[in-house]
Amino acid sequence: MLRLCILLFKRETRLLFRRPMELANPLVFFALVISLFPLAIGPESRLLATIAPGVVWVAALLAVLLSLDGLFRSDYEDGSLEQWVLAPQPLSLLVLIKVLAHWLCSGLALVLLSPLLGLMLGLPERTLGVLLLSLLLGTPVLSLLGAVGAALTVGLKRGGLLLALLILPLYIPVLILGSGALQASLQGLPTAGYLWWLASLMVLAVSLAPLAIAAGLKISVAE
Amino acid sequence: MGELSKLARYRVTETLLEARDLACERDLRLLFAQLNFAVQPGELLQVLGPNGSGKTSLLRILAGLMPAAGGQVLLNGRAIETQRSELARQLLWLGHAPGIKGLLSAEENLGWLTALHEGASREQIWQALAAVGLRGFEDVPCHTLSAGQQRRVGLARLHLPGPKLWILDEPFTALDVQAVAALEQHLQQHCAHGGAVILTTHHPLALPADSYRRLDLTQGAAC
Repeated sequence: MLRLCILLFKRETRLLFRRPMELANPLVFFALVISLFPLAIGPESRLLATIAPGVVWVAALLAVLLSLDGLFRSDYEDGSLEQWVLAPQPLSLLVLIKVLAHWLCSGLALVLLSPLLGLMLGLPERTLGVLLLSLLLGTPVLSLLGAVGAALTVGLKRGGLLLALLILPLYIPVLILGSGALQASLQGLPTAGYLWWLASLMVLAVSLAPLAIAAGLKISVAE
Repeated sequence: MGELSKLARYRVTETLLEARDLACERDLRLLFAQLNFAVQPGELLQVLGPNGSGKTSLLRILAGLMPAAGGQVLLNGRAIETQRSELARQLLWLGHAPGIKGLLSAEENLGWLTALHEGASREQIWQALAAVGLRGFEDVPCHTLSAGQQRRVGLARLHLPGPKLWILDEPFTALDVQAVAALEQHLQQHCAHGGAVILTTHHPLALPADSYRRLDLTQGAAC
């Protein structure tokens, strides 16, 4: 079973890296959206730093959502999903590994890019650690929740907008906790509470979302 | 009486896959109803019927990809819903889209697909590819292959160790005359070794008429 998981992980990363544009697009989107704010609001760094937590998190949220639209689409079209549904291995385990591989290739890059963009928005250096940590805990939740929506909308011709409508409301708790942590750190308040909440959300998503994703895929394949 | 019940049990275990009063409905149209048939090990069953008569739907119901509108499918005498993992272990499904990734090479594709069941060594995969006439195409990305060649990559799975029950949806599509003949031979050999095949095709099989059975969906009875 472990051997199969490693094989699947290798296969997924190989597939992602053979289509690098799809990995790069959400990252470029993330950087572009954030860099639009200094241009639109003006370079006054006090104001920018005040709105930075919200800006970074909303941009991250949209970038993750953008990257997830096609998560299962090619698997659906070329028949791979049917093979997965009919495989003796539990589907939820297979999709967990797929989402994990996807997050490591796209979400993690976004997390690593964020301090640079945070500096651009005038965030003080002492808050960058919290920014990094909150995104590190939060983006896996965004990926897993988004994958539930992607699984449900994969059979639809234009599922992209529906995916956003379905999933964005579910992103609200992560958004509140993530930007809250950053806000608190900006004001010099303790952030541990927010981060623990994010961590527990992540554990919850890792353990429960795969079951929902698997159920969604089974419904989509049965259509 | 004891003898009789023993005999009855023997018959039940002998039947690999059985459909009882199966009905299928798509978009409020009844495609077929009260469909009864059984497939024993060593049998080849060809499902016939005009376009839209529900051939693919029937195969999807048999594979457990789609729920039936009525009736049930039994594997070794028990309903497939109660033994999904057993069905997954015994069934090889090749749909319209055979689950081949265009970005991966033939060898990578087959390596993953066989790993879902028994797994196959590199030599076995190369031999299987040679058997379907793809020697020299082992490490070419599949999207550069022609439609017929991609079909053959999917069919190479039939030359690798794996489940005994094959459900094939239009396996002859896009194949040339020699490949069709070779595949027919291979299916017959598989049945001779105790395997079972259920397939749909519009093309008349060039096999002795007594070596396979036909199920005409417009008549609803196996003959």
